[in-house]
Amino acid sequence: MSRIAGAIVHFGALDTLSASGTPLHRLDPRAKVVTTLAFAAAVASFGKYAVLPLLPFALFPVALASAGGVPFGLLGRRLLLALPFVVLVGALNPVLDRMPVSLGPFAVAGGWMSFTSILLRFVLTVSAALVLVAVTGFHEVCAALGRLGVPRPLVTQLLVLHRYLFVLLEEAGRMERARSLRTFGGRGRGLPASGAFLGTLLLRTWGRAERIHFSMLARGFDGVLRFERPLRFGAAAVLFTSGWIALFLAFRLVDVPRLLGSFLAAAAP
Amino acid sequence: MHMADALVSPAVGGTMWAATAGTTALACRRVRQGLDDRRVPLMGVLGSFVFAAQMVNFQVPGTGSSGHLGGALLLAILLGPHAAFVVVTSVLAIQALFFGDGGLLALGCNAFNIGFFPAFVAYPLVYRPLAGPGAGPGRRTAASLLAAATGLCLGAFGVVLETTASGITELPFRLFLGAMVPIHLAIAVVEGLATAAVVGFVLKVRPDVVEPGPAAPTPTSRLGAVFLAAALVLGGFVSWFASRQPDGLEWSIAKVTGRPATAEENAGRAATTLAGIGGGLATLVLVGGAGWALRRR
Amino acid sequence: MSHHLVIADRLHFRYPDGTPALTGASFRIAHGESVGIVGANGAGKSTLLMHLNGTLLPDSGEVRIGEEPLTPDRIPDVRRRVGMIFQDPDDQLFMPTVRDDVAFGPLNMGLPPGEVEARVTAALRRTGIEELAARPPHRLSGGEKRRAAIASVLAMSPDVLVLDEPSAGLDPHGRRALIGLLREFTHTKIVATHDLDLVLDLCERTIVLDRGTVRADGKTREIFADEPLLASCRLEKPLSMQGHWGRS
Ligand SMILES: Nc1ncnc2c1ncn2[C@@H]1O[C@H](COP(=O)(O)OP(=O)(O)OP(=O)(O)O)[C@@H](O)[C@H]1O
Ligand SMILES: [Mg+2]
Repeated sequence: MSRIAGAIVHFGALDTLSASGTPLHRLDPRAKVVTTLAFAAAVASFGKYAVLPLLPFALFPVALASAGGVPFGLLGRRLLLALPFVVLVGALNPVLDRMPVSLGPFAVAGGWMSFTSILLRFVLTVSAALVLVAVTGFHEVCAALGRLGVPRPLVTQLLVLHRYLFVLLEEAGRMERARSLRTFGGRGRGLPASGAFLGTLLLRTWGRAERIHFSMLARGFDGVLRFERPLRFGAAAVLFTSGWIALFLAFRLVDVPRLLGSFLAAAAP
Repeated sequence: MHMADALVSPAVGGTMWAATAGTTALACRRVRQGLDDRRVPLMGVLGSFVFAAQMVNFQVPGTGSSGHLGGALLLAILLGPHAAFVVVTSVLAIQALFFGDGGLLALGCNAFNIGFFPAFVAYPLVYRPLAGPGAGPGRRTAASLLAAATGLCLGAFGVVLETTASGITELPFRLFLGAMVPIHLAIAVVEGLATAAVVGFVLKVRPDVVEPGPAAPTPTSRLGAVFLAAALVLGGFVSWFASRQPDGLEWSIAKVTGRPATAEENAGRAATTLAGIGGGLATLVLVGGAGWALRRR
Repeated sequence: MSHHLVIADRLHFRYPDGTPALTGASFRIAHGESVGIVGANGAGKSTLLMHLNGTLLPDSGEVRIGEEPLTPDRIPDVRRRVGMIFQDPDDQLFMPTVRDDVAFGPLNMGLPPGEVEARVTAALRRTGIEELAARPPHRLSGGEKRRAAIASVLAMSPDVLVLDEPSAGLDPHGRRALIGLLREFTHTKIVATHDLDLVLDLCERTIVLDRGTVRADGKTREIFADEPLLASCRLEKPLSMQGHWGRS
């Protein structure tokens, strides 16, 4: 089944990336998590027609992806797959908002500007999130969240969920393959069959939870998963966080492309 | 339906983050108070289950289309509202981080729309009263359908409110709502039927799994407070939005230019705009160069 | 060293759905013994093993670890001493990385950080998976998962090692390596398996379980040579013995 297989491949790819040991990977995960959140907030804070002023923000995902060895192809594929909802919600902007906005010698409907802006925000924020996982690793992100005050049951939940994603996706994939070998046309894919399919998967999942619980108990489980990570918010982390946030502020306050443009215009004969 | 970062303003995203953080803290406290350490592996693998189940498509009866399970209602039935909310939030977080579905800023909105309404409203107020212990399959299906419809419509309403309040898309409130509610009612039919089918199957094979446990302490008072607060927050958004933006178009153009624009002014700024585009290209070149340099190191 | 005794005395157990899984199983295993538990699917092997560390408690009869009976208040101590390796390593490796998983038991024992660290390193070295320490378990091969599961139990320094189907899903090489690894563990070993060749290699004594009770208990070679017994318990003579004894 292609969706399940695709998900397994994608998880695997991000996992492999997050295991590489660049200096960026070694940075305290809290620095990366906080900076990425600040990034998302800064990008979201622009007015709806903002296109040019958003461009400099591309520096953040591009720089992190480059320093962390994240291939742009992977980001691009994921962006394309996640695109539809945003396009759906933004696509009517050009139709609904016909107020002309000048763009050089032409005037375009304001809706086109805001639509472009939505797409740009989408590309920026989604790639920043993907890059965050790829250059940090999910466990480290969770460790950071725990230290930043996210309640322990949620952090544990995230870790166990992530641990068994592969196992469950593979199980579902095997069952799905077996099902597709025995279904013809639409038959066997209706609701009763699907109820049984998902019900079976659910029961297997439940059984697995019980076995995991047994094996936890066998090693002295007392209700708490201890996964301490020695985190150290060193000078590099301070520099990283403050540097990027200062840059975001600067990009928010100063329209860099316009400044560059007038500079270029003045330099040109 | 997932809200995306691209459509959320910091005010809306932040408010919903706060609402979700509050609910999460409460839900986590309840989960921990439950003192049932089976919960730890169970919630974890059920999160993975929901994730995998969402990828299994099946045919919707009477139509040519296909759908999949959402899972929030099923989780509430299996785990109770608090644990279900935590599980849904964790699934959404993974989807945002790994798949770019939704986003970090929109996570609060999504957890609320997709997790809170089914778990804390539809399940305790619709499903449980209707499908008490010993309910037959017909009753269970009806309860699932109604509960799914309640949860999903409230969720759709949340999406529309949050999107319009953010003011980034042009879709008018009424039109958007008019489109979202029927879509979500259709999704709710799938969700309700699928949930009932799964519960029905499991009841036959292993009734202990879905038997509602020793009546969960009804979290009415505090939960009511949370819900009321959420309703107020959402209501506040609408009024704030309505007063801020009496007329979308004028308001927005004023925002771009600082004051209402005229055609001449626009033409007069052509040169500046051109320079802006050149500047934009230059910016991208610089960003690309920085990336290239970093990659080569 | 009588405190390493493992004794099962007329164990009876029914699952909540009424399935009678154990119907009076008894045996006595002394320190340092290596015992194979064989039996057809559903004979009750896994159920029996889960009684040995108090995961399940018998409806009647008792388990004794050392001389005293296994009562609920002794469970934490018994779980430290009886290390259990489950059938599916995915059920046992639930932590984010191999290292976290191996540290799970020692941390729960409340050991100081230095001691935890030392035990984790030692267990990883003994099982030969030091370089896999930082890997998440879902990125390990079947044999590596099995090793990691064993490491996670060795880190608790158990006196008794209990294994359920340790060779399931391993290729011949992985199976050889596993046998070598288990040989090095000189304390008591109790291995439930369908892999009779593994029992032949590893265990001088065999207990045959049939429908929840002990059908035979004795020297491995003698038991595996008793064809009527094996047939009546739906078992087959190990491949390596079929050569010596010829096919009938
Ligand atoms: N959780 C359970 N609930 C009900 N019955 C069970 C459960 N687990 C096992 N049984 C039943 O108990 C009996 C003994 O099962 P057990 O798993 O101990 O056998 P086994 O010898 O380990 O089998 P296998 O070789 O297939 O692993 C079987 O009839 C089985 O169906
Ligand atoms: Mg077994």
